[in-house]
Amino acid sequence: MKSEISKIIGDISRKAAIIGRPLRFMDLCGTHSQSIAENGLKDLMPANIRFASGPGCPVCVTDQSDIDAIVGLALQGIPVAVYGDALNVAGNFMSLDQARQKGADVSAVYDTRDAFEIKKQKPNLVFFGIGFETTAPMTAWSVKNGLTVYSAHKLFPPAMEVLLKNKNIKVDGFINPGHVSAIIGAKVYEKFKIPQVIAGFDGLDILKAVNMLLNQILKKEKKVENEYSRVVKKGGNPRARKIIGDVFEIASARWRGLGVIGGSGLKIRKKYQKCDAEFIYKDLIKKIKKNIKPKASACRCGLVLQGLEEPVNCPLFGKTCTPETPSGACMISPEGGCSIEYRYNFIARLKNQNAGQ
Amino acid sequence: MCLSIPGKIIKIDGQRATADFNGIKKEINVSLIDANSGDYVMVHAGFAIEKVDLKQAENINNLFGNEK
Repeated sequence: MKSEISKIIGDISRKAAIIGRPLRFMDLCGTHSQSIAENGLKDLMPANIRFASGPGCPVCVTDQSDIDAIVGLALQGIPVAVYGDALNVAGNFMSLDQARQKGADVSAVYDTRDAFEIKKQKPNLVFFGIGFETTAPMTAWSVKNGLTVYSAHKLFPPAMEVLLKNKNIKVDGFINPGHVSAIIGAKVYEKFKIPQVIAGFDGLDILKAVNMLLNQILKKEKKVENEYSRVVKKGGNPRARKIIGDVFEIASARWRGLGVIGGSGLKIRKKYQKCDAEFIYKDLIKKIKKNIKPKASACRCGLVLQGLEEPVNCPLFGKTCTPETPSGACMISPEGGCSIEYRYNFIARLKNQNAGQ
Repeated sequence: MCLSIPGKIIKIDGQRATADFNGIKKEINVSLIDANSGDYVMVHAGFAIEKVDLKQAENINNLFGNEK
């Protein structure tokens, strides 16, 4: 196995040398960003291959206005349940965790079954649904079974379309998300004319994906390949897509950093409106949103999410903004680009500098 | 956030199943797939989202760390 790694790294170096020009590969999943950092893959790459992280962390792209709405509901005394990942992400006012410190009833859950348990004691519980296609089926199932949900769910391919249309974003290939693809399959990506490989989450998966991207570039191909075939089927999971379609309709949605993207959001259908927190509390939410005053900040999270800015170039990074005192969502979520850069690279560099003095 | 964990189904009861995650047994929901007892599945937020093809998985087998 070790020799397999050496062989692939050798292949990558050889192919990168033939191509010659600088290459930039963007991962589109926070768990990929994490694996690239954890396995030190940036250091294993030849000098002309660089990795960039895209908007693949659902926690990071959840817009401030959605956090404001759910925080507002929680502060009005409505019990809220949320996946632990999203507890600390701030809107314009505060995070759900800060609301909890002010006395709001906020529970972190591992899955929606936990939320159903809480609902037995608190029938007006609202579950804050976030995530891409991987997580939307669980929320859909829960709505069908009577859980009240505020949906901030998003579809991923529309964000890829936005990235490709932005001429400032230079990318030579995408490492497509693994578990989003387990649901949506490989075919949906074929409309994007860029080399793409759906990858698993092991270090070797990502090395193989890079090697496959280089093969495409050498052959001047722009297609979708599936490295993660042990899990991802070409047609994805039709049953999961069906339940998403039963419960949700496609709407436009606001992404942190990317703005409004048409056809990228999942809103609960009218036939389930008795479980739709946005419908039940529409007057309250209108009032909350009216009072939103967007906070000015030097945080460059929006640019980081699009791969347009390196975390270290943000004036706040490592100074006022650290994982302990985060300013933006990319530092709050452990899968955010800034948090990963800080924990895996920035600290190591500081240590090296100090050792060298 | 799209983290999934591989587990082995040891018992099925309708939409619910018990899965073994490296010795830890947990109840999961299998309504999104056709699952049988003995299948290895990827589990995300309490739901099995897909079966794992074991033959292909052996090629990777935790070389760098754990399956994500």
